[in-house]
Amino acid sequence: MRKIAIYGKGGIGKSTTTQNTVAALAEMGKNVMVVGCDPKADSTRLLLNGLAQKTVLDTLRTEGEDLDLDDVVKVGFKGTRCVESGGPEPGVGCAGRGIITSINLLEQLGAFDAQYKLDYTFYDVLGDVVCGGFAMPIRDGKAEEIYIVCSGEMMAMYAANNICKGIRKFAEAGTVRLGGLICNSRKVDRESDLITALAEKLGTQMIHFIPRDNVVQRAEINKKTVIDFDASVEQAEEYRKLARAIESNTMFIVPNPLEMPQLEELLMKFGIAD
Amino acid sequence: MSETIKLDPTGEQFRDDIVKAYSPKLSKKRKKQIIINQIGDCDTVPEILANTRTAPGILTMRGCAYAGCKGVVLGPTRDILQITHGPIGCSFYSWLTRRNKTKPRTAEAANYMPYAMSTDLQEDEIVFGGEKKLMAAIDEAVAIFHPKAIGIFATCPVGLIGDDVHAVARAAEEKYPDVNIFGFSCEGYKGVSQSAGHHIANNKVFTDVVGQLDQKKEGRFVLNVLGEYNIGGDAFEIERIAEGCGLTIHSTFSGNSEYDEFASAQNADLNVVMCHRSINYLAEMMEKKYGIPWFKVNFISANATAKSFRKIAQHFEDSELIERTEAFIAKELEKVEKVRSEVYARCKGKKAMLFVGGSRAHHYQDVLREIGVETIAAGYEFAHRDDYEGRKVLPNIIVDADSRNIEELTVTADETQYHLRLPVGEIERRKANGFAYEDYDGMMPEMPNGTLVIDDCNHHELEALIDYYKPDIVCAGIKEKYVVQKRGIPMKQLHSYDYMGPFAGFRGAINFYKEIDRLLNCNVFRFTKAPWDESPELTATYVSGT
Repeated sequence: MRKIAIYGKGGIGKSTTTQNTVAALAEMGKNVMVVGCDPKADSTRLLLNGLAQKTVLDTLRTEGEDLDLDDVVKVGFKGTRCVESGGPEPGVGCAGRGIITSINLLEQLGAFDAQYKLDYTFYDVLGDVVCGGFAMPIRDGKAEEIYIVCSGEMMAMYAANNICKGIRKFAEAGTVRLGGLICNSRKVDRESDLITALAEKLGTQMIHFIPRDNVVQRAEINKKTVIDFDASVEQAEEYRKLARAIESNTMFIVPNPLEMPQLEELLMKFGIAD
Repeated sequence: MSETIKLDPTGEQFRDDIVKAYSPKLSKKRKKQIIINQIGDCDTVPEILANTRTAPGILTMRGCAYAGCKGVVLGPTRDILQITHGPIGCSFYSWLTRRNKTKPRTAEAANYMPYAMSTDLQEDEIVFGGEKKLMAAIDEAVAIFHPKAIGIFATCPVGLIGDDVHAVARAAEEKYPDVNIFGFSCEGYKGVSQSAGHHIANNKVFTDVVGQLDQKKEGRFVLNVLGEYNIGGDAFEIERIAEGCGLTIHSTFSGNSEYDEFASAQNADLNVVMCHRSINYLAEMMEKKYGIPWFKVNFISANATAKSFRKIAQHFEDSELIERTEAFIAKELEKVEKVRSEVYARCKGKKAMLFVGGSRAHHYQDVLREIGVETIAAGYEFAHRDDYEGRKVLPNIIVDADSRNIEELTVTADETQYHLRLPVGEIERRKANGFAYEDYDGMMPEMPNGTLVIDDCNHHELEALIDYYKPDIVCAGIKEKYVVQKRGIPMKQLHSYDYMGPFAGFRGAINFYKEIDRLLNCNVFRFTKAPWDESPELTATYVSGT
């Protein structure tokens, strides 16, 4: 089983990209589990065709210790197994601690057992690596491959670089490696060149460039992934390409995060061209 | 003029040896905290580094801010219902461990000290927030006990997850307007030691409790005793002496105290301060807001007790009070002297080390001296420079970031409740004649030259002290107790008095003489051999590979 975590700046499209890619993998016949690590619990909505999920932490509260895996795992698009960690409402408690509790519980319940013949587990993680709890998926080998969703916008690149610092910290002590940057296009000037250059500096690759297409938005409104919504559109093929790239990826590295001036230099070079 | 004790090896030698175990940076810092006492002209003493962070990894003798706030300052009061907001251990291990005694006035009067109350936070509340559970705990407490006041104490995890104990306290007070409910942001990680917790406790008691009730106890000479926590019954003995002299104690902060006494303490005419470090803030703030003068006292040792009560009597300038005080002291000292002279003969020349508190390491030197026991090394766990060197250094203390984290209240005179206890200029006149107010000269000016003064001593240093100087007795806390005893040296806990007390006042001095006599002159430690002294240590080597 390959264990993959998706990180990236808030609002960059992690959940959307993850679910669309997972849909493509499922279409290829892969067994995939998605673990949403966001208190908003919106990481599996498109695979389940709606927010029908009871979160692990909510179930833990209501059911107490007597908890079954079936209570928290829902089967979605083409057999994908969907879990939401859940967490507190904004401004209360500790969401990071919630993720730790939730992943430990899933392990104890045997969510990753051989009987499910999982080819992939995807952790969809909230925003930046903000504290210990959100780093949980990359601690202790829970996730071994990281993909960072970014765009050519300054703050997205800055966040990607920051996440690399977190990966580096855990990579030195464990098995986690960076598998590549996924560029979710914002139609910024020379975006592909910029992210390719950034990836090179970090020591990794831009594993795929996803062009911007409104069909993604239309599919989302219908609570579906693009493949589920209309398997024949061009954008569906983009996610299939990304899925195949991940499937055949062999480039797993410990990233070299950039210093701030280096990052700015990169932007100067590509961002304000002409 | 001051006495000198020649240590062998010298204090300098000890200090230079001991810091070799540390990294260069820590070694430099510890050298500023290990001082060889030297009293100069006008009682000047060397500067000591105090109230700074303990280096990580060191087995410190210190406690935490929560321990200082809940355990030390508020713990001894009986009818403020105290809820620890946190996991269960924080509440349980801060519950009566200092053996604070209390005696409700009537059989029906509220006394919550036999209860340890906690919100018992679980992982679930850490993730989803614990404010609702705290409110439920308050509801339950009000339903069962209907207390006059509830104190809420924040622990580390509560600070990390951002539960707002003050907001819950405000909401609860709206729900129960006849209950005074207040929270303490005394998360254990605040500050560098329990000292931060004392300050936090002082601030809240000052803003939310003192001044809430307008009543005054009957009596011509009404005073508050601050920084006396009734360990082993100390406050009972102080109350007995006060009564014998004709004084009325309005409120003790906080041994054997109750809410109404705290709430009306602004009506007393004098504050005397016993433990300077834990409560000087309240004394200063009450002087500014209500005009109550204060001075430092010490009720540990017969002579210090006599001196302190004489000073109180002189403050009130009443000949009848002074006579009665003198007569009482004379009667008591007679009884004390009988025991003292007998014990002195057996204990004279023995050496002690004291590592405790923010005043105790100083106070207990007096009572030991009365039976001929000299303190050769002493230090505080959580004191500031003024507790060592005297309040004269206050203007020169550098306020660092850690101290700035603890709120410093700005206090002004109360429009209705401020009134002068003595005529204008009288305090200044008395001060000029050598009668001190707002005073504390600190520990170092009263220690002989050549003795060691060690701030925030740790187990490495304590063990070395024992090896170097072979003290006859060590007085410290529970964390040190068995380390010392395993080395065959008698040990007396001065946080809890082990199972004894009182040690304050005249009867307390007698108890202490007898206890030290018992510890120093019993043969048990001489006859007991540790297993490792009798049979050789097992040794082994780790061989890698094969």
